[in-house]
Amino acid sequence: MVVAQPQVERRAHVRPAFIDCDFHNQWDSPKDLYKYLSRRWVDHIETFGLRGHAGGTYPRFLEDKAGTWPPSGRRAASEPQFVKDTFLDPERVAYAILTPLGGGQGLANLDLAAAWATAVNDWQTAEWLDFDPRFRGSIQIPAEDAARSVSEIRRLAARDKRWVQVQFSGRPHEPMGRRRYWPIFEACAEYGLHVMSHAFGSYGQPITGTGWPSFYVDDHVGPSQAMQASALSMVAEGVFEHFPRVKLVSAENGFAWFTSLGWRMDSAWHLLKQEIPHLKRLPSEVLAENLFVCTQPMEEPETAKAFHQMLEHFGPAIDRILFATDYPHWDADDPDLAFPVPIAPALQQKLYFDNAARLYGLS
Amino acid sequence: MTTTETGQTGRRTVYTTIDADIHVEVPRVQSLFPYLPEHWIEHVNNSRFKGPVDGDAAYPPNSPVTARPGSKPERGPAGSDFALLKAQALDEPGVERAIVSCSYAIDSLHHPDAAVALASATNDWLIAEWLDRDPRLRASIVVPSQIPELAGREIERVGGHPGFVQVYLPVRAQHPYGTRHYRPMWEAIARHDLVAGIHFGGAPGNPPTPSGWPSYFYEEYAGMAQVFASQLTSLVSEGVFDAWPNMRVTLIEAGWTWLPAHMWRFDKEWRNLRMLVPWVRRAPSAYIRDHVRFTIQPIDAPPSLKHLHEVMDQIGSDEILLYSSDYPHVHHADPITFLDGLSPDLARKIASENARAWYRL
Repeated sequence: MVVAQPQVERRAHVRPAFIDCDFHNQWDSPKDLYKYLSRRWVDHIETFGLRGHAGGTYPRFLEDKAGTWPPSGRRAASEPQFVKDTFLDPERVAYAILTPLGGGQGLANLDLAAAWATAVNDWQTAEWLDFDPRFRGSIQIPAEDAARSVSEIRRLAARDKRWVQVQFSGRPHEPMGRRRYWPIFEACAEYGLHVMSHAFGSYGQPITGTGWPSFYVDDHVGPSQAMQASALSMVAEGVFEHFPRVKLVSAENGFAWFTSLGWRMDSAWHLLKQEIPHLKRLPSEVLAENLFVCTQPMEEPETAKAFHQMLEHFGPAIDRILFATDYPHWDADDPDLAFPVPIAPALQQKLYFDNAARLYGLS
Repeated sequence: MTTTETGQTGRRTVYTTIDADIHVEVPRVQSLFPYLPEHWIEHVNNSRFKGPVDGDAAYPPNSPVTARPGSKPERGPAGSDFALLKAQALDEPGVERAIVSCSYAIDSLHHPDAAVALASATNDWLIAEWLDRDPRLRASIVVPSQIPELAGREIERVGGHPGFVQVYLPVRAQHPYGTRHYRPMWEAIARHDLVAGIHFGGAPGNPPTPSGWPSYFYEEYAGMAQVFASQLTSLVSEGVFDAWPNMRVTLIEAGWTWLPAHMWRFDKEWRNLRMLVPWVRRAPSAYIRDHVRFTIQPIDAPPSLKHLHEVMDQIGSDEILLYSSDYPHVHHADPITFLDGLSPDLARKIASENARAWYRL
């Protein structure tokens, strides 16, 4: 059966150089990281593997996007030179924020998680940040061990300003604003870092608040719900009141939900503010000041009008939208084609570059 | 909409309404004794088990969410006294019908026999003490939803009663409701041509977020919209509406201003991934518009009325919203004020016509 694409205009637009806020550098094999690990952990991984939580995979049959596979046969986005030649240079990427997946969270053994996160960070420094000045880094942490996470943040951020944020998985063990994570936010505040939550990754919990769905399509709709739970928790717990310089960045969760989340949080707050007296302002205002949302996967409403309305509903929070591709994944957004409607040049400049540049202090 | 009256709050438009969400509460487990088997009466009398409890999770005892001022009878919780509910929710001007739900936490009982006994007793109590007392009332069947085969049997037992138009399913469950696990329950719902009423709350024992238990009721309340969204995804992707093409689902107390963004994302994922679920033959938004309705409370409106009406336009159906007071609960927005902001035609549809057609009243 042939299914029509949505009735929106699709053509390549003239656009500025852009900051890609979600670029996945990947290793070809975990063995690529052995040189950054001690003998003890190499032996451990060889013997016991990288144990996570069983029971969360789906048949999906989708490989990384065509055109991202290097001719060497190694995994997509595992060769910086190939990335430079086929993506950074031709697509006019001004900066790419590195967001590796599997950088330590989701591992059951917290000592292994700490060693692995450190290895991934050292691999990022040596093989990515040092390779091209356009890369910026996300610090990998063993998030469920706040003390070790803080040490890792200190070790890196104190001497290297190319680290711009700390990376959380999409489903931490507890809602993201809970006190167990506050030492991490405090370290972020100390070093001028932001905290980013990337879709997927968990400690064995399902992607919904009502159990495991059956199909990858459900799993792939789910991150926007999981991200809203994280943002809601951060606001409700008062994280942004305590650490006003630390911003929350949502990656790979889409962004159209931003406004309706604020409306709902406000209506609930009018009713229930007695329970959370530490939250003194409208939650939508707190959200609009502190939550930044990466575009990918770009929502595609049925009409162009609805897309324009959605952007208009952001109001001043339009400055919180960050363009991202999700390179090299199967559903990565093309920087020329991702927006389903023509965007005015001044707004393009914000969405593709200025919003992220201001957030991360890039020029 | 025909008249306006002057009340304490000034002039209020009177609409003919079908109230798709009002609540009755079991006053205490002893109220069910006339309908419970001897075994469970003895169990309640001789042990600390006093019926299902949800740890105040879904409705904190004295929050306005649970009981609007003046709705608590002298004894028992708000919504437990027929005369008071009748005076406050049914005898209000314009009320044509009201569909009652009972959020007794049957789903919290892991003991299957206890769950069945208490669900059956609650349904018999609903018939005798509510439906038989006022012809304007319709009700939702309480089921042990955590054990779908037994839920199906309870639907078979009472589904023929003309007062029951819906099956009450708490939105928080152990599994998404579309999963095949629940087929026996859906079969029974379809056989009796009932509406599946997926309702705010639930006490399934697993957390309401994908990252565990939140600290505050505020988060549970606001975050319940995401649980509803997950259920909606599951119902469509599992093919519930393909297997039972006449299936009707109402999301109750879900909010609905989040729906456009969810439909856009879901439609996009379906276009990309529909080979994984080939039985889903149309865009998810098309299934939602045909098979799903939303009660209007809570309204969760943007600050601008223009934006609210744009959101309604994006939802893309005049038939999808059903008036609800959510008595005795309270939300931030006033439903009559909301209706007043709409065109008279649309206000009339939402106030009564949509529900009359949907529930075939």
